[in-house]
Amino acid sequence: MVVDQLSDAGVDRLFHALADATRRDIVRRTVDGEHSVSGLARHYPISLTAVQKHVAVLEDAGLVVKHRHGREQRVVGNHDALRRAQQLLDELDRLWHGRLDRMGTLLDEDSRGGTT
Amino acid sequence: MTVTHVAKDTERLTMTMTAEYDVTAERAWALWDDPRQLERWWGPPTYPATFVDHDLRAGARVTYFMTGPTGDQPRGFWDVLEVEAPRRLVVQDGFADHGWAPIDAMPSNRMVLDIADRDGGGVVMTVTSTFGSLEAMEQLIAMGMEEGMTLAMGQIDAILAG
Repeated sequence: MVVDQLSDAGVDRLFHALADATRRDIVRRTVDGEHSVSGLARHYPISLTAVQKHVAVLEDAGLVVKHRHGREQRVVGNHDALRRAQQLLDELDRLWHGRLDRMGTLLDEDSRGGTT
Repeated sequence: MTVTHVAKDTERLTMTMTAEYDVTAERAWALWDDPRQLERWWGPPTYPATFVDHDLRAGARVTYFMTGPTGDQPRGFWDVLEVEAPRRLVVQDGFADHGWAPIDAMPSNRMVLDIADRDGGGVVMTVTSTFGSLEAMEQLIAMGMEEGMTLAMGQIDAILAG
């Protein structure tokens, strides 16, 4: 199962990190390639310090990887972590497919004169 | 014949599930209104649900527990917000502790059920789940985690029954 690959605390960090619109946007931008933190900051009406904090939350959740290039801090998205988040949503999808299927099975029993 | 569709909107934190059934709205409503029928579909086969208090009236609280493969029994509740039998039901679905008190630290989600008549007979059932946060979605997934593995089995059963 998907969640086995992550501790509960890891899952909490992952979804907390994605629960903020600015952080989701940072992930979207960095998943296609490396960006400097100062370059990212130009996209948002918030301070560089605030952007650095968002990047730190994302890094803690494993969604981005940060490294130093000369005097610049650079950030790149982590595809594996994003795939895990998507897989978690897919699990919820399967939960409801199962429920709707079971409702259908119950209703089919009526027409076959089964017990309800 | 059941046609199901699940649409995810990660930005709005909603999931919309749609299924069509060849029955009347009253019959489809009974799947939710009769706790014994509800128990047969709410939990996956490995995590069956037992409904304790069940009264679909605005202001009422429906309580249930699920029994896991290792005997664990997570508890949940629905706070019933709107009822228009046999068309619409709105509940807030959350987790409860062993004294049935809502666990505020555990996320809840709003679930809206709509049952509409389909042209030519039958109904379209739509369930919309809205989450306060992605954490809320994750918690629900954790509760329904067994489902991924048991779904295939359920489908085989349905084919054999048909």
